Amino acid sequence: MSTLENTHHEEDGVTRRDMIHVGAGVMAGVGAVASLWPFIDQMNPAADTLALASIEIDISQIDTGSAIIVKWRGKPVFIRHRTAEEISEANAVAVADLIDRQTDEERVQAGKEEWLVVMGVCTHLGCVPLGTKTGEEKGDYGGWFCPCHGSHYDTSGRIRKGPAPKNLEVPEYAFLTDTTLKIG
Amino acid sequence: MAEWKAAKPENKVLGWVEERLPILSLVNNVVGPDTPTPRNLNYWWNFGSLAGLMLVIQIISGVVLAMHYAATTGVAFDSVERIMRDVNYGWLIRYMHANGASFFFIAVYIHIFRGLYFGSYKAPREVLWMLGVVIFLLMMATAFMGYVLPWGQMSFWGATVITNLFSAIPMVGESIVQLLWGGFSVDNPTLNRFFSLHYLLPFVIAGVVILHLWAKKISDSGNPLGIDVKSSADQIPFHPFYTVKDAFGAGVFFFVFAMFIFYMPNALGHPDNYIPADPLVTPPSIVPEWYFLPYYAILRSIDFPLGIPGVFELVDAKLLGVLAMFASILVWLLLPWLDTSKVRSGNFRPLFKWFFAFLVVDMFILTWLGAQKPEGNIPLYGKIATAYYFAYFLVILPVLSRKETTLPLPESISNPVLKPAE
Ligand code: HEM
Ligand code: FES
Repeated sequence: MSTLENTHHEEDGVTRRDMIHVGAGVMAGVGAVASLWPFIDQMNPAADTLALASIEIDISQIDTGSAIIVKWRGKPVFIRHRTAEEISEANAVAVADLIDRQTDEERVQAGKEEWLVVMGVCTHLGCVPLGTKTGEEKGDYGGWFCPCHGSHYDTSGRIRKGPAPKNLEVPEYAFLTDTTLKIG
Repeated sequence: MAEWKAAKPENKVLGWVEERLPILSLVNNVVGPDTPTPRNLNYWWNFGSLAGLMLVIQIISGVVLAMHYAATTGVAFDSVERIMRDVNYGWLIRYMHANGASFFFIAVYIHIFRGLYFGSYKAPREVLWMLGVVIFLLMMATAFMGYVLPWGQMSFWGATVITNLFSAIPMVGESIVQLLWGGFSVDNPTLNRFFSLHYLLPFVIAGVVILHLWAKKISDSGNPLGIDVKSSADQIPFHPFYTVKDAFGAGVFFFVFAMFIFYMPNALGHPDNYIPADPLVTPPSIVPEWYFLPYYAILRSIDFPLGIPGVFELVDAKLLGVLAMFASILVWLLLPWLDTSKVRSGNFRPLFKWFFAFLVVDMFILTWLGAQKPEGNIPLYGKIATAYYFAYFLVILPVLSRKETTLPLPESISNPVLKPAE
């Protein structure tokens, strides 16, 4: 039977018991931290939220020069059928002068330059910028204007003026046919 | 610290309980006849107990609202309308709760600015003060989440803008925002968790209030002269003197509160919150509740990065604005070390008085600016008001406390004969 005495190793003052204490403490700590994770992760989007299907939209009714708003994953998406002037305006600026440097090409699909598909969520603090519906203010650069804190976006959805740091986000999308767009 | 006096009740049953759980002694030593308190407290000292009463009112009215409220996006708005129209006295209880939040903030703001003027944050009351700041932060979180519950347009867009503040954090910002939302936008999971937390936090506040009062017991109340208690001649018992004075103040305060509830229940609210939430339409202007406006104005004033724009940005504009907003309250935590003047009360600080008065005016200006559309000169005024706000804490107070010649302090509270300046 082991006794208290024979667990001592007097030379350096460290005992086997200290080792067990430290080990047990560390294990309890690791366990406590590990069990914390489920309590944090439960806040993240749940499986059904993540499973939100992609949507398909008929774009044949969107005339040149107009745009629509659709709802995807609880957020607005702008689909804009751009005019030739709007496209050339978007290409006319020097990329180096932009706040968030991106060419128009990088923001549309080749051969489908007339279609601009962007999230309708201001990259500042998330308001829905105006400019999609006819008659709405489009801002100084003919794209969108966010009324919340005054961000101006151009005809490529790029941030040009105001507090927003980034261009309107381009979601994942594909043209299933010439008139059907799939987002997501 | 005042010494602890055990209560010895005459009543046998009370005495029996008291021996086992000295709860009467506790009350007696915190707000009772055996709580010696400076004899010169003025009406600015009423607002602590008023804040406490408002917390009680919010908890009682809130628990009742929760019996009828449904935290699901499809029905939340309607359930609040049902409270207003169909539930017996529902309109009264909801108006009490909605206006109660405003009056809670009025009481707490006056309480805080009382502390700023009379130097309540100075030794030995630093921890007492800092616990107060914690209560204020918890109150802001509670009120913010409460405002989301009726699920009107302002609820939804206020929640969207405020949760998006966290997206300013580099690298992990987006993930944090998704974590807060439980989805890809403010939606049902968000409403649900906000309700859970809105129910919880007031009780956490109540817990911190107990710590706050405990710290007050240890350091004793300050007083308008800002000098220490020298003898028992400087003190009077809390009960009946201050219990009665606090009750009188409560009567006046509740009179005004009742005027709002009965005659102008929506004066402090925004009409857009009677429009059900619509994720596809942002209201023409998003205005927070009045008690958040100064910080909102500070957030919006910072539209420039730290560093040289476009060349070298240490902190981008969005993050800097968010940091400034949080810093505007967190800076209060540092006050005991920013203002090192030995004189506590503003009454004896001839220069400080003026800078303090400007700070109060500045707060009103920031409140006004926060409600304006950021056009024309508004952003410029916002920058000036924000600059003064931070200068007061970070520059003016540290310099003043070294340079200012203070007035001679009285001998004692009971014997206000002036002694020569030190
Ligand atoms: C620190 C204390 C509290 C504050 C500052 C506060 C603040 C608020 C605010 C500003 C609203 C929105 C009112 C409106 O415009 O309709 C609200 C709503 C609500 N609160 Fe509280 N609250 C507090 C405590 C509580 C507690 C303890 C509960 C429940 C136990 C509660 C339950 C509710 C419910 C159910 C609603 C939604 C109904 C409504 O909007 O009228 N509150 N709260
Ligand atoms: S949310 Fe669009 S400018 Fe602030």
